[in-house]
Amino acid sequence: MINLTDLEKKINSELATKINQSEIKHNQLFLEIDKDDLIDVTLFIKTNKDTKFRQLIDITVVDYPEQTQRFKVVYLFLSHEFNQRIVLSYFINENEVIPSMTSIFPAANWMEREVFDMYGVNFKDHPDLRRILTDYGFEGHPLRKDFPLTGHTEVRYSEEKKKVINEPVKLEQNYRNFDYESPWEGTKYIKDLSENNDKKN
Amino acid sequence: MTKKIKNLNLNFGPQHPAAHGVLRLILELDGEVVEKADPHIGLLHRGTEKLIENKTYMQAVPYFDRLDYVAPMNQEHAFALAIEKILKIDVPIRAQYIRVMFCEIGRILSHILNVTTQALDVGALTPSLWGFEERETLMTFYERASGSRLHANYFRAGGVHQDLPAGLENDISKFCDNFPKIINDLESLLTDNRIFKQRNVDIGIVSKEDALDYSFSGVMIRGSGVPWDLRKSQPYDCYEKLDFKIPVGKNGDCYDRYLCRIEEMKESVSIIKQCLAQMEKGPIKTFDGKISPPSKKEIKQSMEALIHHFKLFTEGYRVPKDEIYTAVEAPKGEFGVYLISDGSSKPYKCKIRAPGFSHLQSMDYLIKGHMLADVPAVLGSLDIVFGEVDR
Repeated sequence: MINLTDLEKKINSELATKINQSEIKHNQLFLEIDKDDLIDVTLFIKTNKDTKFRQLIDITVVDYPEQTQRFKVVYLFLSHEFNQRIVLSYFINENEVIPSMTSIFPAANWMEREVFDMYGVNFKDHPDLRRILTDYGFEGHPLRKDFPLTGHTEVRYSEEKKKVINEPVKLEQNYRNFDYESPWEGTKYIKDLSENNDKKN
Repeated sequence: MTKKIKNLNLNFGPQHPAAHGVLRLILELDGEVVEKADPHIGLLHRGTEKLIENKTYMQAVPYFDRLDYVAPMNQEHAFALAIEKILKIDVPIRAQYIRVMFCEIGRILSHILNVTTQALDVGALTPSLWGFEERETLMTFYERASGSRLHANYFRAGGVHQDLPAGLENDISKFCDNFPKIINDLESLLTDNRIFKQRNVDIGIVSKEDALDYSFSGVMIRGSGVPWDLRKSQPYDCYEKLDFKIPVGKNGDCYDRYLCRIEEMKESVSIIKQCLAQMEKGPIKTFDGKISPPSKKEIKQSMEALIHHFKLFTEGYRVPKDEIYTAVEAPKGEFGVYLISDGSSKPYKCKIRAPGFSHLQSMDYLIKGHMLADVPAVLGSLDIVFGEVDR
């Protein structure tokens, strides 16, 4: 097992221009790169004999809606040989297309599909970019911060049409999201908000 | 005259009993040989990650029970460890032993279910009848510690919810004495069974390289001969103090994975015994009043304790801004939580890395060229539980 600081130095010296920032936290190496260098950096850490990050653990996205570069794409790698973990990340704009990793790690296939499904991030050269976790014909990307917790549609069996139908969500009781952190703020009622919006329109 | 032959598309599931839950597998068959498998998942998707973002850290724990619902506490463990690392709190030693002990009970629960249902899939009924009786006993241990048989909600950041009730340690110890005999009984039914071997040996072979490329973990990677177990390589809680072996397979087929699971159950029994022997009386959660609630007795006497209790169960504790990935060796493989906190009392993001997700994705690679009848055998040896795959 090589030391994490040695690993950081090694990667920084070999990929000097490609690493924007590196940091060791909680016994893991956090690297920030540019989108365009993703494939190069991944190939390097996968194949180099001193790193050997042979396993892609997961791919995910973090949504920061208030930033201009809205999404942070995160890749988690594991090296069995040296018993180390790397967290690789970069920021992208909302409509940016990012390179797919399926040619390097076949396991990236479903992980990228999940990211596409949950956040609406598109991948270039992905062999089979379909939704994966949500229902057939689903619209929207549920894990974006601006997607409401209650969703937009609800599903039921219609006796008249003799099939399962989707309808806009009707809340019989308000979804109550109390803000306990401040003793002065009450709850925001989604139902009231949406009714007010209806009146404005 | 030449006859045109068309491949047959077959829908396997989502209601098929051998699909181990709600898996819709679309198989392309050439005669009886599978040419392509396309698993459709998400039929049990509940949006766990979205829900966790809207709940306080303490309220998020029960969602972890509902992921891999055959070994609930192992999932809670990953989440608790992630919060503890960010908050930098120490867990009392007794709590560590309790947690490890219940994680190993979870491992036995999961492996019994998997081994016996896999036997059921290939035609043996008896193992599941014998195995489920033991699962029932183990679940009563869960119930006595936490109050519920399945959805325990027992682990907390900084320890466990409450101490073990009187007599439980004794009963677990008795179970550990009897259980190896049950494993032997199961083995006598399966290990040398001609039909079981015909259905499992050399089926669904995974090479070392492919196991790495497809992000396999747990028994799936150990079955292929990679000695990798997070309990050994990146030990958490008190695993360092315990002595246990990691069984590794040779051929990477369904049969080797079955053998690994059997051996792991034996090791788990030994771990539980060691935990019981080494466990001493003591506190079971951190004393930090900002994280763990005060005792009932204190609440009755102290105003501050009452306020703390109220604030903890409404607002919850705040977790400083940080980012962390924590993984544990769940029965099915590496179960990880990628947590981003923003200083409030709710996680900003909580990505759950479920082992079954990567395992199921390799279905096409595993089953290509096999017969239709091998589909349940391979699926059984993958150890899929839809709670965690769909999240």
